[in-house]
Amino acid sequence: MDIILKQGIVYQVRAEITENPAIAESFATVEEFDKFVQEQIDQRIETLGLDNPWYSPQRIGFTMYKILILDFGNATFLTSDSGSSNVGDILLEKIPRTVLLFTTATIIISIIGIFLGALAGSKVGSVIDRITSMFAVVSSSFPVWWIGMLMIFLFAFVYHIFPARATPSILPTEPGYIIALLYHMALPLITIVMIGFGAWAYLVRNFMVGTLQEDFITAKKAIGIDKKKIIYKHALKNAAPPIVTILALSLSGSLGGAIITEAVFDWPGMGRLYFEAISVMDLPIIIGATYVLTVLFLISILVADLLYGYFDPRVKTD
Amino acid sequence: MIAIITIPIDTFKQWNNPGSWISYPKTSVPAWVNYFTTEKIPEHLIMDKPIAITKDDIISLASHQFGIQYHYDDFPSDFIYEFNVEYSGSQLLQISVIRPDQSQILLLSISLPHSDTKVVHHERIFSTDNSINKNIQIHFSEMDFYNKNTASEDLIFADSNGKVLKGDYIFLVNIYGIDKKVSIIDSKLILGGKAYGMMGTSELRRDLAVGLLWGTPLALFIGIAVAIGSVIAGLIYGVYSGFKGKKTDEVMMRFNDVIYALPALPFLIILAVTISNSIFLLVGFLMIFGWVGIAKVSRSMALQIKTRQYVEASQMMGQKNSKIVFKHIIPQLLPYAFASIAISVPAAITTEAGISFLGLGDPTFPTWGQILHDANTYGAAARGLWWWIAPPGIMIAITGLAFVFIGNALDAIVNPKLKK
Repeated sequence: MDIILKQGIVYQVRAEITENPAIAESFATVEEFDKFVQEQIDQRIETLGLDNPWYSPQRIGFTMYKILILDFGNATFLTSDSGSSNVGDILLEKIPRTVLLFTTATIIISIIGIFLGALAGSKVGSVIDRITSMFAVVSSSFPVWWIGMLMIFLFAFVYHIFPARATPSILPTEPGYIIALLYHMALPLITIVMIGFGAWAYLVRNFMVGTLQEDFITAKKAIGIDKKKIIYKHALKNAAPPIVTILALSLSGSLGGAIITEAVFDWPGMGRLYFEAISVMDLPIIIGATYVLTVLFLISILVADLLYGYFDPRVKTD
Repeated sequence: MIAIITIPIDTFKQWNNPGSWISYPKTSVPAWVNYFTTEKIPEHLIMDKPIAITKDDIISLASHQFGIQYHYDDFPSDFIYEFNVEYSGSQLLQISVIRPDQSQILLLSISLPHSDTKVVHHERIFSTDNSINKNIQIHFSEMDFYNKNTASEDLIFADSNGKVLKGDYIFLVNIYGIDKKVSIIDSKLILGGKAYGMMGTSELRRDLAVGLLWGTPLALFIGIAVAIGSVIAGLIYGVYSGFKGKKTDEVMMRFNDVIYALPALPFLIILAVTISNSIFLLVGFLMIFGWVGIAKVSRSMALQIKTRQYVEASQMMGQKNSKIVFKHIIPQLLPYAFASIAISVPAAITTEAGISFLGLGDPTFPTWGQILHDANTYGAAARGLWWWIAPPGIMIAITGLAFVFIGNALDAIVNPKLKK
């Protein structure tokens, strides 16, 4: 990492000198000029603290402090759309887009998945149950991005229903922007939902099958409570804890976007940012994005744990 | 497997050599599409068995004739004549075509480079050749649809209205020499069509059938190598950790958690960018992220087995730890290991395809992901080249499904509880 940063500095200094030929002309000899360049490089390395080794307590402490106050410094190469190279700005610009697509998709997937899973789980061995299981296995063996390519091919170029690129062509300030954005979002959203809900339904189905065999369900059936009420109110609530955990994990996971899916649909979110940052080795962005995602991940696990207590009071300790 | 048996290894080595693909058509649809459409798309024809006639007089003549039955509804995209001749002195090469309406058009009349000694001359003549163009334009200039920019192959195969003239065409290649013998070693007429082979071709004129078939053993190699490697590593790690217990267990499991928490795909991309994109290293990287889950499960299984009496007995007999682990505990876990090998194969294949798709794969091997990456860079979706996009993904899915079914079947045998 240090080597890359130092090389970046050398590159920067050289670029500044080539941009401004007056600096080079003001020196009489080559040695003097070289010395000046080296001094410039050394000076910058010192101001960034790169002369100390990375394990020196000073540097580690400083880096930790900066990360704690969410100050990730400036990106080396990438900039946000508005031109700022501050990592915080870039992340703030990308996260809403990812939330818009992937978190929405995850919510839709989980809603469809829970209801379909509950339906399939309540009728083990029925046609719906078999179709759900089959669909789960088949859909999970297709790569999402390949389905994306096919969808683009079919709906954007053969039938001209949806646009191929996921970024709207009109400016955010114009009135029709939201509609245009939703329209552009439709194709990736449909693709992700199509591939995703099968596995969800299968999981929920398995939890439901386990819950429906328990005694209290049989008792409720014997009392004569409506079957729908049993499934959606009592059984689903009891199967909820593991489902909530998975929901929390996949919601926080969705914030990371999907690198390949975003590449296919040209969606400028977190996954794309990650990929671009890695391919040019823009370390501040990689660190910043990973840190933010990890924090969100931990928060969502905490929320899931708290919800556990609500759905299953047995785990509460007074 | 089939690929290794049926296709010579040579084709695989030639994958990255554009020269070897030159006689193939550009982005052509699979030939079987013709069975489903009413408009017949011209197939790509490579004719290398001409009728040869030689005459030895004062003027010697070596002639090759190519007969074509042209019954398609579209013009060919181009034609290439490729030949090898052995001659000395000055020779004249003439190419002409006899069309179904019995008119003969002289396409080209050039002299081969002069040489006093016997030489072997190799040349490719393309339909875009200027003198061919000129000759044809002279012949067709009276036609109504005549247009200076019409390609020569479109004119040769056209009737008076500019539509395709169907029927038998004969391409004549004559080489004349005075007193000197000339022999055509081999000659080939390639009529560039828009349909070729089982799977069509790509923008780089590559035959996709070869790529798809070669992708199979590669995908199987990646999938199985990663699965076996990570399952063995995870099994030994987990069992040892569970068997030792206490502090060793604690330390080993925390290390396991650290690897578990790493986001796999970004890390694989970082490794591919910084270290190398060799396919063998990629297999190694995939193993690094593959063993964690298996280690967790096998640890918990080892914790149960450890308390069984025969394990305690062998411990009391003073057997070495390694022997207990390998002889008494791991054989108990083998059925589970086989099931998880089968289940983790598809994940490895899709991950590799994904990384190749991003353009970080090994470009020397034609994997399915690589083919899809090429398709994406050449905008296959936008241009409607479905035969370039669909088959690789279908192959990935079929392979994945096969292993999932094997895994599920094994799982049902291993865990009788799942059967109801």
